Amino acid sequence: MTAVVATNETILVVGGGISGMTAALEAAETGKRVVLVEKRPYLGGRVTQLYKYFPKLCFPTCGLEINQRRAKMNPNLTILTLAEVMGLTGREGDYTATVKLSPRYVNERCTACGDCGTAVEAEFDDDYNYGLGKRKGAYLPYRMAHPARYVLDPAIIGTPDADKAKAACQYDAIDLEMREETVEFRCGAVIWATGWRPYDAAKIQPYGYDRIANVITSVEFERLADPNGPTGGKLIRPSDGKEAKKVAFIQCAGSRDRNHLLHCSRICCMASLKQATYVADAFADDAEINIYYIDLRAIDRFEDFYNKVRANQRIKFIKSKPASIVADKDGNPVVHGVDTEGYNRFAEPHDLVVLAIGMEPSVDKDDFPVSIVINREGFIEAAPENGGVFAAGCASDALDVNRAAQHATGAALRAIQVVNRVARAEV
Amino acid sequence: MAVEKKLAGYLCTGCGIGERLDTSQLMNIATREGKFPSVKQHAMLCSPAGVKLIQDDIDAGAATHLMIAGCSRRSKVEAFSFRNVAMSRANLREGVIWARPDTPENTETTQEMADDYIRMACAEVKFMTVPTPSGEQELNKNILVVGGGVTGMTAALETAAAGYPVHLVCDEDVLGGVWKDLYKRVPFRAAASDVPNGRDVDLPGPEDPGIADMIERVLANERITVHLNARLSKTSGAPGRFSADIDVQSGPTVTENFGAIVQASDFKPYDANKLPEFAYGKTPNVLTNFELERLAKAANGGPLKRPSDGKVVESVAFIQCAGQRSDKEGHLPYCSGFCYTESIKQAMYFREQNPDCDTTILFDDLRTPGAAGEDFYRCGQQAMVTFTKGKASAVVQNGKGLKVQFKDLILNEATEMDCDLVVLATGQVPNNGPDPYAQLAVDEAESEEEKEAARQKLAVAPPSILNLDYRQGTDLPQLKHGFLDSHFICFPYETRRTGIYAAGPVRRPMDMKQAMEDAVGAAMKAIQAAESAAQGTAVHPRVGDLSYPSFRKEGCTQCKRCTVECPFGAINEDEQRYPVFNESRCRRCGTCMGACPVRVISFENYSIDTVNQQIKAVDIPDEFSEKPRILVLACENDAYPALDMAAQAGIETTPFARVVPVRCLGSVSLSWITDSLNSGFDGIRCRPWKREARGR
Repeated sequence: MTAVVATNETILVVGGGISGMTAALEAAETGKRVVLVEKRPYLGGRVTQLYKYFPKLCFPTCGLEINQRRAKMNPNLTILTLAEVMGLTGREGDYTATVKLSPRYVNERCTACGDCGTAVEAEFDDDYNYGLGKRKGAYLPYRMAHPARYVLDPAIIGTPDADKAKAACQYDAIDLEMREETVEFRCGAVIWATGWRPYDAAKIQPYGYDRIANVITSVEFERLADPNGPTGGKLIRPSDGKEAKKVAFIQCAGSRDRNHLLHCSRICCMASLKQATYVADAFADDAEINIYYIDLRAIDRFEDFYNKVRANQRIKFIKSKPASIVADKDGNPVVHGVDTEGYNRFAEPHDLVVLAIGMEPSVDKDDFPVSIVINREGFIEAAPENGGVFAAGCASDALDVNRAAQHATGAALRAIQVVNRVARAEV
Repeated sequence: MAVEKKLAGYLCTGCGIGERLDTSQLMNIATREGKFPSVKQHAMLCSPAGVKLIQDDIDAGAATHLMIAGCSRRSKVEAFSFRNVAMSRANLREGVIWARPDTPENTETTQEMADDYIRMACAEVKFMTVPTPSGEQELNKNILVVGGGVTGMTAALETAAAGYPVHLVCDEDVLGGVWKDLYKRVPFRAAASDVPNGRDVDLPGPEDPGIADMIERVLANERITVHLNARLSKTSGAPGRFSADIDVQSGPTVTENFGAIVQASDFKPYDANKLPEFAYGKTPNVLTNFELERLAKAANGGPLKRPSDGKVVESVAFIQCAGQRSDKEGHLPYCSGFCYTESIKQAMYFREQNPDCDTTILFDDLRTPGAAGEDFYRCGQQAMVTFTKGKASAVVQNGKGLKVQFKDLILNEATEMDCDLVVLATGQVPNNGPDPYAQLAVDEAESEEEKEAARQKLAVAPPSILNLDYRQGTDLPQLKHGFLDSHFICFPYETRRTGIYAAGPVRRPMDMKQAMEDAVGAAMKAIQAAESAAQGTAVHPRVGDLSYPSFRKEGCTQCKRCTVECPFGAINEDEQRYPVFNESRCRRCGTCMGACPVRVISFENYSIDTVNQQIKAVDIPDEFSEKPRILVLACENDAYPALDMAAQAGIETTPFARVVPVRCLGSVSLSWITDSLNSGFDGIRCRPWKREARGR
């Protein structure tokens, strides 16, 4: 059984993405006990799946390295992976959390040597690459994963692969008897940092995501650009592996749309500007990039980045919400619409279309284990009724990494205020 | 605490190390060359049994200086975290066997790599000492907040709510700051969840700004001391022991001590006199968005009237990006972000008063991000505010009214509109102090043009806000466009002045809701800095590091390189120009050590010697053996992890390189370079924190 030592002066952080990690570390580095609960087998969330950050075009890895080191070295922090909060009862200063722990089938003895991964044969769609590649049934979720421990896919349990994995491990790290368990522990305050997921692109019917191989989402494109991704960093299109030199980016795919997400997802404009640089860098004068947009939202200092990208002659901006995408006989997606600046119709074929897909909250409104104020888009609003539960990052709104980290730092203080009140009351 | 050094080596043979390498040779090297009296071998050192082996030796007093050979120093950190000992780790797994192909022809060179890493780790740890607290620690829970606006008041209230006393210094005679004249604020929330999707009923509209209430709460809070009409005339010290002289107009100067500081000096409204093309200053009927708030507040729900003649306004145009997003001289190149929702709100003032009033927002890109932003845009549409995609070129008098000339970007034609009033959506200019590096920019300018620009900047520098008594200037360093320091993506609050955190629009342009959220985060960091100073540990990014730079005064030549180069302004100078280190201002990057030409600065766990000895320990093969040796100095945050991960991915690296992790390339001492060349290295590769270093 997993035992979690916690009191009503402990802070529970739900979600171990950049927001949850930030909140947990800031609180732990102020001397507070923190339990961080993450659904995935590793920390870092969607940031780990990004190739570069805008606007600096730097890699997320160095910030992650620092955050991981902070996590490894902090004795105040307990990390539970493959864990989900199922219930939360009580009130501010005195909550009891019920957390479901799914089996990893690999214990702390794992050295990440990789022998089990070599031994097993079955392959599965790789979630980390949004299904664009395959991974083994015993796997390290991604190269820099923290904790650096392998995971067995539950689907191989009971198959010969599981026995092969166990036999390959020299360190007695594979435990096929692990079962799902539920732990309960106390906490004084809760930071809710469950983040976001990409909107289901297939729901945007006219864009043909589910019909046209060469229409992909921005999160998938990010994996293509990453040298550690399924194509080794080559920008090639799914249908035939042809280089994607002429690429369309469609803004507000699912966002600012009465049929889909009502909100603006904030990051997509900047993400497409960034991704346009991937194409421009890869193909130089052969690149042709069209960005179809409603409003280009390059707020504050991001304007500098927008100007820099706009200066590239290979990148064109068309004010248009495209009407539809159809594939021509060669598999090229053709974007149809009207350029509203001057009202000109267009039908433009591309090698690849990237949908700048909207962000929606990871947790459905009805699935919150606790009653808190949630707006109609599913984001948590700050409210006194929320008691000792505080949203951090994209659980509160569509935010970029910087704003998420900023918001999460504030959430850490809100939680500390509660546990400090508890501590003072008990002195 | 001069305790005898007890050297103890531990060699892990797991993860293929035992199979790929001659471990008895490694043991021999540690004992014979490394002079380690005890070296133990274990098949899985990170297992509870392996860790116990080490811990038992420590507990028995047999090990104070550990050399652990096995996986990378980045792996199994939790297992190998022993207290009160010095430790080095020889990276035999990621650094050697994973980075080299397992073929017979490579066995010799692979073994040579491992041999050298053992030699290096043995040499390194011998020159390390166990960090002990300096005795400089002080817990001071007082937090100083500079700025009496919404940002500063929020920081004060949130700090106080966590149980910490606050002094709030406000340079005006009332609290409230630049937003105190707001009539209403943009709503903080999106539509509630009981609003059915697709139906925009009950969209949140403009709401009470809440500033009066906030002022009341600040004044009533017993943990907050407010200093009005006050400025800081001198701030000295370091986290945990800042001392600030608070000058109060017509009163005595008060000196208070603080643990940490939040700078919330907000912004100055852009000077619209720089916009003659929009007739600002030529007619009272052209206002800025800030001035319109005052007009609305004065009207207090009554009809909004044209300033020139008191006529009730029947048509108003809002010109977005006035003097912003423009590379014209005197304009702001950036987007202030808050103006779109601000203009929608103000248009609604008119619509509420007079449903027949034409309200037109002339915009290029309408920027209302997030859920609340987009809902408020809808709210404006519901209120029948007209949104016209157009770029205004001029505002001219037209009888008693005004004419706005603009290019309609949808119809792609030049056109104009008549109106009673024009509101210019002008931006935020950070209310900062002088840039501490402005003089440096003049000194280091590469062209005459650059030099002149830097001189100009220096000439128009605003008065200081913090008046820091620091070697490196009186105020926080600035980023582009004069906004104050912040690590821009991953760590938004990290500044180059430890324990001083910028919050709100002085850090980046933002609206009131964001400023309030930002204040909470800055308050968090301030509290953390005060608490860390009390423990004597470093703050971000080397949290928990108890070491601090020590320096040998006898050898110092007072050259001032360390005081100039410290990126965090942590080092002052005394009257004789010797460096004065301020421990809790130090981030332990080691740049001072790298800067020092006479090698008198070091850390207990990272010094000239700890690296130099590693370099000297490397076995240099015969000149004609065709085995060159390359020293790689790799940034510990970036290049070193990248090498680990490349090895993990099976990417081969050269067997001729010997990698030494460094805290920052700034910490690289020239002596390491010269000594390595002298001792026979053939080349040196410095791998800094660099974009292309990772991900490949």
